[in-house]
Amino acid sequence: MLHNKSFVKKTKGGKVIRQVREHYLRDDIYCGAPSCTICNTSGARLSASPSTILVLDTNVVLNQIDLLENPAIDDVVVLSIVLDEVKNKNLSVYNRLRAICSNPMRKFFVFSNEYHRDTYVKEMSGETKNDRNDRAIRVASQWYQKHLGDAIKVLLVTNDKENKRKASEEGICAETVESYVKSLDRPDLLDLLVRPSSEDVEMEDVEDHRPSKRKIIYAEHKPMSEITSGLHRGIYHQGKLRVNRYNPFEAYVGSESIGDEIIIYGRSNMNRAFDGDIVAVELLPQDQWQGEKSMSIASEEDEDDDDVHLAPNSADVAPRTIPQQSSTGEINAGSGRPSGCIVGIIKRNWQSYCGSLEPMPIPGGSRGVAYALFVSKDRRFPKIRIQTRQLENLLDKRIIVSVDSWDRQSRYPSGHYVRTVGKIGDKDTETEVVLIENDINSRPFSAQVLACLPPLPWSVSSEDLSIPFRQDLRHLRVFSVDPPGCKDIDDALHCIALPNGNFDVGVHIADVTNFVFPGTPLDDEASQRGTSVYLVEKRIDMLPKPLTEDVCSLRSDVERLAFSVIWEMTPEADIISTRYTKSVIKSAAALSYVEAQARMDDSRLMDPVTTDLRNMNSLAKKMRLRRIENGALTLASAEVKFQIDTETHNPLDIGIYQIKEANQMVEEFMLAANVSVAQQILKSFPLCSLLRRHPTPTKEMLEPLLRVSAAIGLNLDVSSSKALADSLDHAVGDDPYFNKLIRILTTRCMSQAVYFCSGDLSPPEYHHYGLATPLYTHFTSPIRRYADVIVHRLLAASIGISKLPSVFQDRLQLTSIADNLNYRHRNAQMAGRASVELNTLIYFRTRPTDTEARVVKIRSNGFFVFVPKFGIEGPVYLTTRAEKGSGEWYVDEQEQKIKKMDGSFSYSILQTVQIHLEVVEPQPNRPKLQLTLI
Amino acid sequence: MEYVSPEGLRSDGRRPMEMRQIRAEIGAVSKADGSAIFEMGNTKVIAAVYGPREVQNRSQQMSDKALVRCEYSMANFSTGDRMRKPKGDRRSTEISLVIRQTMEECILTHLMPRSQIDIYVQVLQADGGTRSACINAATLALADAGIPMLDLVTSCSAGYLNSTPLLDLNYVEDSAGGPDVTVGILPKLDKVTLLQMDSKLPIDILENVMQLATEGCKAIANYIREILLENTKQLEYRRGS
Repeated sequence: MLHNKSFVKKTKGGKVIRQVREHYLRDDIYCGAPSCTICNTSGARLSASPSTILVLDTNVVLNQIDLLENPAIDDVVVLSIVLDEVKNKNLSVYNRLRAICSNPMRKFFVFSNEYHRDTYVKEMSGETKNDRNDRAIRVASQWYQKHLGDAIKVLLVTNDKENKRKASEEGICAETVESYVKSLDRPDLLDLLVRPSSEDVEMEDVEDHRPSKRKIIYAEHKPMSEITSGLHRGIYHQGKLRVNRYNPFEAYVGSESIGDEIIIYGRSNMNRAFDGDIVAVELLPQDQWQGEKSMSIASEEDEDDDDVHLAPNSADVAPRTIPQQSSTGEINAGSGRPSGCIVGIIKRNWQSYCGSLEPMPIPGGSRGVAYALFVSKDRRFPKIRIQTRQLENLLDKRIIVSVDSWDRQSRYPSGHYVRTVGKIGDKDTETEVVLIENDINSRPFSAQVLACLPPLPWSVSSEDLSIPFRQDLRHLRVFSVDPPGCKDIDDALHCIALPNGNFDVGVHIADVTNFVFPGTPLDDEASQRGTSVYLVEKRIDMLPKPLTEDVCSLRSDVERLAFSVIWEMTPEADIISTRYTKSVIKSAAALSYVEAQARMDDSRLMDPVTTDLRNMNSLAKKMRLRRIENGALTLASAEVKFQIDTETHNPLDIGIYQIKEANQMVEEFMLAANVSVAQQILKSFPLCSLLRRHPTPTKEMLEPLLRVSAAIGLNLDVSSSKALADSLDHAVGDDPYFNKLIRILTTRCMSQAVYFCSGDLSPPEYHHYGLATPLYTHFTSPIRRYADVIVHRLLAASIGISKLPSVFQDRLQLTSIADNLNYRHRNAQMAGRASVELNTLIYFRTRPTDTEARVVKIRSNGFFVFVPKFGIEGPVYLTTRAEKGSGEWYVDEQEQKIKKMDGSFSYSILQTVQIHLEVVEPQPNRPKLQLTLI
Repeated sequence: MEYVSPEGLRSDGRRPMEMRQIRAEIGAVSKADGSAIFEMGNTKVIAAVYGPREVQNRSQQMSDKALVRCEYSMANFSTGDRMRKPKGDRRSTEISLVIRQTMEECILTHLMPRSQIDIYVQVLQADGGTRSACINAATLALADAGIPMLDLVTSCSAGYLNSTPLLDLNYVEDSAGGPDVTVGILPKLDKVTLLQMDSKLPIDILENVMQLATEGCKAIANYIREILLENTKQLEYRRGS
């Protein structure tokens, strides 16, 4: 049956065009009930003899997706019209609904009512789109009831009053979500319900006890049409809102239209926007622009301002500060940077947030509904008001809450409870919170994924050896050097002296792509996870354990498959030739960095492995020297290491991670392998290679560093990486730690390196600033990074031993993979840092400590210090909050000093101070580390 | 974009292996020696054939075979935005050439030396797959004109979107920018006379997609044969024998 749909559409250019699309109606769309005698039941998803089948209305799906995800809701028919509407309104809800529908454990059936001959409804004249869709839903419900007979009750769940009334008139059973969930008699489900904010449903006296004098707190959001025209005329500016991690009342909107960042101060200017929302901003008149000077601006509530954090190691994670106007007396002195207020939200970025409830007394006569304020752990998000029936259970728990709405009258957005993570303060709970906050999937691998693994126990078979392109390198003396206790060994090395005086040097990388094939569930999962995540006492793998720790791990004395890069090098470490091959190796020794270092240092040892190590080390030193001459930066970061108690899993000791020569040696060869592979794959696939670049830092990014160096009389040349590296080398003070400190400060001015698809950028942009190489990629850790898996496939295709998977022909998809990798990589780093912070807190809880710290940033009421021994950074207040602005201290901008008014005390940047470290809990459930001067 | 839903339906309600509705009509232009209208869903094409007749431009005359000319054009009202396209733009020229070469392949030109055959095809409604529809219409019109041919030529396209081979792309699917394979075959001889593709496809998938398009061509050939048979019966009836 054929039917033509016609509709009118406006093109980008503003033209109005009538479009006609064919629409075929079918008779082979089945109902999905296995008991049905008429339909083909091969694709049936509903249970064998359900008593009730639910048909959902769009508004139910949009608002109650958390409820639908609960396994208590089953036997649901999702109509295709509902899917379409949800997709148009909210893509993330759509994806979640799709995930439920495709989950074999759930009984959700998608019924394509729009293409079914009997359930398609034609738009009537004068009928709005919405009404027509509602009618389609009713028609489909009616069809179901008729089709399945009276034995099964078909229940239309809708929160739309009008729709419900009409349904009842037409003889369809219809209920609201609330009444349906109540009928299930499951109080825990009721918490998952979202209270509708609109007048769609007759709300039972819920709001009544809140007096009618609710006043309007926020300005109204402008309608979309006005925003669009405002954006066109340049009155409004569009951008993504980013809230300051350290001050929730300050946010930035990066705007392309004015080429600068607009600062939004205060809650009313932020006008209900969340971090990550796409917003429209109107600039405030210039006299209202503020120059931000103090650590905090007038906060509306008694929230703490700054926490102690790990010292950041790149500009991306560092607290954002606004470069202050230079006090050289410019004309617009006094006015800060453009400030604005938000007039509308173009796209919401509401997610689920993790945190805890604000402590409150349990209302008398409990078991009833209670309102509670939820405080997100991430301080960028405001408190969220939720309604719960299980308050007493939740008060000491970490819970997840999602946001539903935020109207003009309420100070806080309202949301609903999603699930409980665990008890507050419990280490496992807090670790899980870290994972959830960083969107890290720590669920065990699914059965489909595990099914892709090779049969275990696995060993190299004769088949593997007989493949012509796989070279047998088992006779080579290959060994690996890794951190102690490393189980996922993905790289090994060899170095043989050739008769002509040159060296045959090889880097062997676990051949993960021999087991992970493109398009398999295993590959999809790995691509989603993107990277393994290393927490202090836990590792979340990208690939299942049998692969990471056994099949792919290049352990000693077992035969393993590898992908090898083999160079012939002169004793001067010049590469004469490079070749790439898949191989079989047998590692002779798995050394730790310490062992390797000890062997090299022990001059009595003359065994072959030690000789190889020494040869490699001398080559590596030359390579390193050459790299530094080319302008590679030696950056420093304050990575810390914990000693963990084996029983309680609590940290026993912390200290800065020591880097040995052996580390640098391995790193050098890995860098060289990555560079060689990058050249090779780019040569073969100039448009679809996955590379890694490190953007050159801009002037603004280096600004804080320059100000500091100017204040201490150090002349840094930042014109190029080479110049910077040289001036960093010359920055030696009388203090042994000075140089490292400057390097740490430099590192945090840089942005992070990112993956990208070579077709998206022009070759000069491929540059890796930090390593000073024109091309770079990741090849050497395929067990724990998905980028390396992709690069392995590219390399295999470029040397002609396998076909290029079809993903590489789709540049958009490749770009989205690269974006996902960057996102995951960043999250993994953030999670790692959060885990270290968590452990630092646990460590200091029982051990208040006095230690030495360095001043790294001056603010009007105190300064930030960096504690080298523990790698943490935090504020030290000189004035208490109460006497803020009493004017006792003033800041000398030029010299980066904070002085007491009478001149008796002053603290300057990079000065050493003695501080006391202690864990305090100013607000319940939010312990924090406090630094005070001694 | 999702072109095939997880339920296995395309945006217009077809399944991946299904063609749009086809319809054909012979004798739409009374002045022409042979003519036909061919529809594939909302794509509608009219074709008219003149000849064999005397060669208009003497210098083009060939002593051993007939000259085949083809002109493809799109009616201004064939698309939604009613664009006034100049005649003889690159796209039309290319499609004219494609149709001419395909038809030339199956017309027994050596039987009609020193003559000329003109094929005019015009797109009345465009909704994807115009190239295929034009070839199908031209075949019918040539058959109607009684021009001797080796076999019918039929054409159909297939694409590859969302990792699924799709038969007979409509405009929405066509403008997705994915691979679009147009195949023309001589169904009785089982030979391919036309094979074109936009974009790229791995070779093993190309085979699948091409196979699908070929199946489509065969289905069209069956339909065209029916139409011709019907038409012949009608002629017979009208002659009153």
